[in-house]
Order: sequence, then C-alpha cells, then structure tokens
Amino acid sequence: MPEATFLDATELVINMGPQHPSTHGVLRVILKLDGEKVNGTECVIGYLHRGVEKIGENRTYQQFAPYVDRMDYVAAVSNGLGYCLAVEKLLNVEAPPRAQAVRVILTELNRIASHLLWLGTHALDIGAITPVFYCLREREEVLKIFENYCGARLTTHAFRIGGLLYETYDGFEEEVRKFCDWFIPKVDEYEELLTNNRIWVGRLKGVGILSADECKEYGVTGPVLRAAGVQWDLRKAQPYSGYEQYEFDIPTGENGDTYDRYTVRMEEMRQSTRIVRQAVERIPTGPIMGKVPKVVKPPVGEAYVSIEAPKGELGYFIVSDNSTQPYRLRVRPPSFVNLQALDCMVRGGLVADVVAIIGTLDIVLGEVDR
Amino acid sequence: MADEQKPEGPVAPKPAAAKPAAAAHAAPPKPPAVMVTTPWESDIVQLLKDHFGDDITEFSTYLGQNFLVAKPDAAIAILDTLKLELDFDYLVDITAVDYPKRAKRFDLVYILYSFARNERIRVKTMIPDGYMPATAVTVHLAANWLEREVFDMFGIQFAGHPDMRRILLPEEWQGYPLRKEYGILQQDDAWVRENLGIESGQ
Repeated sequence: MPEATFLDATELVINMGPQHPSTHGVLRVILKLDGEKVNGTECVIGYLHRGVEKIGENRTYQQFAPYVDRMDYVAAVSNGLGYCLAVEKLLNVEAPPRAQAVRVILTELNRIASHLLWLGTHALDIGAITPVFYCLREREEVLKIFENYCGARLTTHAFRIGGLLYETYDGFEEEVRKFCDWFIPKVDEYEELLTNNRIWVGRLKGVGILSADECKEYGVTGPVLRAAGVQWDLRKAQPYSGYEQYEFDIPTGENGDTYDRYTVRMEEMRQSTRIVRQAVERIPTGPIMGKVPKVVKPPVGEAYVSIEAPKGELGYFIVSDNSTQPYRLRVRPPSFVNLQALDCMVRGGLVADVVAIIGTLDIVLGEVDR
Repeated sequence: MADEQKPEGPVAPKPAAAKPAAAAHAAPPKPPAVMVTTPWESDIVQLLKDHFGDDITEFSTYLGQNFLVAKPDAAIAILDTLKLELDFDYLVDITAVDYPKRAKRFDLVYILYSFARNERIRVKTMIPDGYMPATAVTVHLAANWLEREVFDMFGIQFAGHPDMRRILLPEEWQGYPLRKEYGILQQDDAWVRENLGIESGQ
C-alpha cells in the first residue's frame, strides 16, 4: 500500500440535525461521508417522543381520540379515521352511510393538504422557492373547510367513535365543490412549474431508488411503494368507510426514484379530488352517529385495523380487557417504518441528495417519535 | 390461554355457565371474560400444521382477523415459511403486550400481510420476562427498528439482532415505559436532572 499523503481523505462523520431546516422536524442523521459520497447513515430519533401508546392505556377510548391528531399533525383527519375505525371494529359497530361519506370527503381533502405541504417543502429543500407559497395558499382553502366544519384547522378531532359529532354546515357541499373545481388547475400549474423543469428533473431523476422488493423487505408503504411500481392501496385492497363505491385510479411509477414519487403524489391529489367530487354528489341523508354506548367498553379481544394514510399504512392494534381504557394500544406509524429505508436509499449517493430523499419520504417526526 | 388472558381480579362467570340460572332474565348477561374466538380454517392452517405440528398451539379468528399462537422457539421458522411458501412478504408490525401477572409475561405479536393473497395474519408468542426471542431481521429487514422499539418499551432483548439499542428514548434511560408497573407520570429522574438540568420533567 502506498504511503498516506495529505490528499488521502478519511471518512468524515457529520451530523445533520436535529435542528436543520430540511429534516422536517427534529430528525438527526449522522452521515458518514467520503468526500461528497455517502457511505452510510444512522438516524437518531425520539426527540419528539411523548409516549402516546402509554397515554392511550391511561385514557378512556373517547378521551384518547384527540391525542392521535398530534402524531401526524399534517394529516390529523386520517389519524382520527384510523383510530375510530379500530375502536368501531372492536365494538362491532359501523358508522352510518352519511357519516362514512363525510369522513371520506374530509379524509381525502386532508390527503390533498398533506401532499401540498409535502410538495411545497420538498421543492423548497431542492431550491425552488415559489411552489411553497402556492401550495400553502391552496392548503389554506382546505383548512378553511375543516375550520368551518369543526372549528379546528390542524388537530381537528373531526370524527367520533361511531360516526360524527357535527352535521355538515350550510353550504358545505357547495364549498367543497367549488374547491375541487378551483384546485385541479392549480395542480396543473405546479406541474408546469416543476414536471419538465430541467433543474427539478436533474435533481430528482435516478435519485434515491428503492425497488419494489426493497420496499416490501423494509415494510415501506404508501406513495413510496407505488412509485416502485406496486399497485397497492389499502383503499382498493381492503376498502373501508365505503371506498368501494368510488371510482379512482392508483397511480404508480416505474423506477422507484424520487421523480416517480413526485409524479405519483401529484396524480394522487387529482385522484383524491375525483373521490371528493363523487362523494359530495351523493352524501346520503340519515343519522350521523351509530349505536355506540355512552361508555365505550369493547368486549375482551384484540383487533388490528389499518387505513391508507397519506404517508402509507397507518394501523392501530388495540387490545381490550372490557374496561373503559384500552389494555394496550399500538400505533403502526407509516413514517417510522418508511424512515428505516433512508439508509438504503442514500447509501452510495451524494450528500446533496440526502435532503431530496428525506423530503421525498414525506415523514412527519411527530408520528415517527409518537 | 383462556384463563391466562385475564389473570387479575375474580374470573367472571362464562356466559355458558350463567345461562341456566333462573335469574338469567333479571340481569343483563355479563360480557365474556375471555376473547370469544372461532377456529380458523384455511389452506394456510393445513400447511402450517403439516410443517410445525405441536409448535403451533392455536389457530383462531376474532372479528374476522386470523391469528395463530406459536411456541416462541418456532416463531422465526414460521415467519420464514410464511414468507417463502405462502407469500406473506410484508412484515407490517412487531409489538408486545404486557400481562404482568402471567408466568409467560409478554405476548409478542407479529403482524404480516401478503400482497399476493391480500390477507393479513398475526403470529403471537408468549414469552416470560428475560427470555430472548430470536430476531426476525434474518427474515424481514423491517424488523430492525420494530424490534428496537419493542426492546425500548418493554425490555425484551432479541437474540442476534444487529443493533440492539434503544431507539426512541435516550440510551442511558432506566426503565421500560410500556411495562404495566411503569407509572404514567414516572420518569428516569436521575437522567432528567443530569441531562436537562431540571428537577423533574413533570
């Protein structure tokens, strides 16, 4: 071996985060670098750990519902839907059709809001500053609908076990329809800005490839899995809350790179709008609350219920001992499981791409750490 | 398993025993104290029975969800067979449930999904405190962080795990929060004092 000279580079270990604008929260990534090349990473998480599962064991079923909004606070409505469905499964009740339709509308609007925040921040990370202003402008309209419906914009607690607490407000359908008509041209506008933009394509194509087999091996779900070419969406595979009534497509990618994940999410926003349009045209009349006792005491047993959250499969595993509090409440968070694949995606790539890949995974640290 | 499920408190009478009593109409029937499961029958069950025989003690369905209970030593072989021969190629989750009064204190739960079959099953094992189950990383890479979280929260060490450290809590933290004896307000006060410079986090 030749003698080492001062030009020989040794492995450099640097810390990215936990306070870093492009880690989307308090994620700390320890990067092992060989010049510009990433040799390996280690994620340090838990800075936002609040012990949500422990809290769940010490609250009644209804009391715990608002806590789930604080995990993935960008998609609080989805979290609430998953939790309500899980408890309803244990109680063996179903929300009435009217409640289900309103749930679908709000959940899909929330998916749009979540994807918009992802798009804005992802583009910002990569250096395109304009989209974030546009995206937040459109997201604002969704949040206004939430606010009009239940009074809260972010941590909505929109649903209750067994159905809904609130009837829709006057002009709800009109407002949702107006939003859909107004929103689709906006998606086209983002695509005009980004899809064929040379810098955008250059930064995303071929970056952070995760193949379908790797996705399955790591348990990665959601748009990341679909971008790898697997046409799998829980709304189609195991429909819940009446999703089987609506027509929509599952967009997929081919290469499983960052660019495909971008196109998949863009198309998902259009498909969500399509679902909302169908749902709002046929909201059934009738009650909004199922037959749920005032004191929720599910029979002894356990159930795992999962939904397609904007980030992937969000599951709740609840063990009941026939008391008013869950004996054990486990949340299967999509962000936590997806983040595990980060190392596989950045290894061998450039340090500048790490930021793009964290952005494309679309994680929310509130959900990773719980 | 039936009696082990709820060790605390007097065991409530089973509905079958309560029914013949004369007062059956006077009081509403008490809910059963155990999980009312039905047997699970499918080709999966048959294949697994052929493969593992007595190592799997129960095949059940509850609320339409299928699960099996296996001896802890056989769990990894079962996951492997399920993955290679029955297409259960997606490990959804690993978690544990603590029953402090039971001799085999923990339920270890593996949730699996098959894309090809569009089917979800749970593999459960019961393990005593201090038992080191084999890691599932050899079968599913996703098990890495999931097992670290189980260790972090319950103190269950996985044998052969490549990186058996805490994941959400600080590495020096004492105690396992999701064990039942760990109070809701309890903290590692020494750690909080030393690292945060405050008397208590509460």
